[in-house]
Amino acid sequence: MTALYLTLLIPMCSSILLGIFGNRSWAAKFNLLATVAAFASSVWLALNVLNHGSLGGYTGQFRVDSFNVYLIALTAFVGATTAFFSLPYMAQEEANGRLSPGRMRLYHASYQGFLFTMQLAMSTNNLGVLWVAMEGATLATVLLVSLYRTPEAVEAAWKYFIVCGVGIALALFGTVLLYFAAAQVIPDPENALLWTVLSAHASSLQPAVMAIAFVFLLVGYGTKVGLVPMHTWLPDAHSEGPTPMSAVLSGLLLNVALYAIIRVKIITDAALASGTLHSPHMAGNLMMGFGIVSFTVAGLFLHRQRDIKRLFSYSSIEHMGLMTFAFGLGGPLATFGGLLHMTVHSLTKSAIFITVGHATHIAKTQSIDNIRGLIKTQPAVGWGLAIGTVAIAGFPPFGVFTSEFLLLSATMKSYPWLTVPLLTGLAVAFAGLFRHLHPMVYGDVPEGQQKVEANMFPVVVQLLLVLWLGIAIPGFLSHWFDQATFLITGSHLL
Amino acid sequence: MLEQLPLYQQLILTLAAMVLFTSFALLAQSRVIPMIRIFAWQGLIVAATTALVAYDSGKYDLYFSAILALLLKAMFVPWLLQRLVIRLGIDHDEHGAEHPVTVLMAGAALVIFCYYVAQPIEQFSSSITRNTIAISMSVVLLGVLMLVSRSKAVAEVVGFMSLENGLFFAAVAATHGMPMVVELGVAFDVLIAAVIFGVFFFHIRDSIQSLDVDQLNHLSEREE
Repeated sequence: MTALYLTLLIPMCSSILLGIFGNRSWAAKFNLLATVAAFASSVWLALNVLNHGSLGGYTGQFRVDSFNVYLIALTAFVGATTAFFSLPYMAQEEANGRLSPGRMRLYHASYQGFLFTMQLAMSTNNLGVLWVAMEGATLATVLLVSLYRTPEAVEAAWKYFIVCGVGIALALFGTVLLYFAAAQVIPDPENALLWTVLSAHASSLQPAVMAIAFVFLLVGYGTKVGLVPMHTWLPDAHSEGPTPMSAVLSGLLLNVALYAIIRVKIITDAALASGTLHSPHMAGNLMMGFGIVSFTVAGLFLHRQRDIKRLFSYSSIEHMGLMTFAFGLGGPLATFGGLLHMTVHSLTKSAIFITVGHATHIAKTQSIDNIRGLIKTQPAVGWGLAIGTVAIAGFPPFGVFTSEFLLLSATMKSYPWLTVPLLTGLAVAFAGLFRHLHPMVYGDVPEGQQKVEANMFPVVVQLLLVLWLGIAIPGFLSHWFDQATFLITGSHLL
Repeated sequence: MLEQLPLYQQLILTLAAMVLFTSFALLAQSRVIPMIRIFAWQGLIVAATTALVAYDSGKYDLYFSAILALLLKAMFVPWLLQRLVIRLGIDHDEHGAEHPVTVLMAGAALVIFCYYVAQPIEQFSSSITRNTIAISMSVVLLGVLMLVSRSKAVAEVVGFMSLENGLFFAAVAATHGMPMVVELGVAFDVLIAAVIFGVFFFHIRDSIQSLDVDQLNHLSEREE
């Protein structure tokens, strides 16, 4: 249990400390140190879970099982690598005069606060606290989006605040309805929002209430996942905020929101299984619908982007749509693919955003039309962007290919006709990414384009991990994936 | 039908109706200071409902929620908003919706829709819960409607906060309050959100010299 408390307490205390001392010269190093320490304790936590199975702590208020343990470790890992990137990157932003020391304090405190809310959202067993943590994540990041205080940044932050605020409020209404349904069958109301208690009593929850509750929860948390049509905040927030934040938003926040949806889907499925009022697959069908619409629309939008960060944020929407579709499809094969996709997308996308951050420093702009000849100017950044994009587009031997392949096979089995829009969508997205990528990495070098001090270490590590996951999934991870698949679908894949 | 209910349930239904009424009043109000006053009244009614439920159900921790609601929703947030509005010098601006009649009609349609959605719950529960769930869902959606129909930042924030009142009302009236840890967390989030909204008013004014958020329209997928 100590490991879990450490994983939560380190970012929480660092956030408070950096809120006070964040403008000192050592703040950025302390930020990195805190994320590394949090990562170390999350690895310790993962080892505990590996050796002893699921953990629950503080009278059942926390729970770490095979579904969230690897997500907790992944969050801490991406948090640490991004902090490693952010150290020189933000220093350069400060040197360029875009940020004052006061803003750096806000940045560091928000960064740690965001990581804390993410870890809390995943490790809590209480669906109410999960909501509080998700809203906390919005509050922690909203001032980061407007960090540069340009009119566009303020606009993006306002949109982010309002759209996500309304979305998350709908999720709270869903949580209230869930509690309403639970309070009728669970004797102790204080425990009625604990996920373990809910899933034990799930089959006796009123299907009529659960169906309405799930719709609200899906729309609410779906806003944070970036599902179309609630996605409008996402490209704006990603393009106007500082790049390290784009990396953690895309890599972590979207995953955690999807995680929340899956947790409630498990309960809803069990509640509706016996019901005659709604189809037992109502939750899954809704997710499939939202998923495929997001996937298709985002793939088309890739083609008309002019801002490199908007481009890759649409790619995030596309992949989140694909995962939502996978979990909606259900069945062990699709679910396993979805779990793997969550991991590899998170690693790949945060690596891409780190590279994009360097690319925008080289070209001194985010406009795709003006980013040219990256490979000639700085091969590490150019190749990093090219390889990252190849990986995210789903080419073998990277992990994204594996998970998409699993998903396609599962679709072929249960809904063969849906493989057509899926394959078309993948091709459209591939074309959308590469038509922009090609001139950016190969084109003619503009005059006076200089190398920048780039920190490609996190990118190399993350892309190597994605490559590894594409070739062979390590035993402990596939064990967790399989356990989680069992938790979600009720049957094992392996 | 209604007179068969115990007195306390009749009172709750009356208060629920009053919450819904204040929601419509917010939707129709275009002056900013009266808007904030109505919002404070709504918070007061929600707090009163909480106290009533606490008295009737004998769940004494709900008194705590009632005090929290009173302090936060009926006093602190309205006070903060009013102070900001006066400091920003926008207390005499027009904050209304562009087509108020259409908006009110849409609001009425939303209430009917909410009753329709809550219909299936009837078979399982007393009519009072069905009513309160339908009404709180209406208040939530009317808050969303207010958000989308207004173009001034302050009016949007009032809509957002009234939406939150609807959520709180649902939690209290339909389920006798959420577990304490959740309620505290939600109240904390609302408090932080109110403060951040305040910060944003100044950011927005600095960047576009007004609080008309319709002017925040640079980021979109239009071709330039």
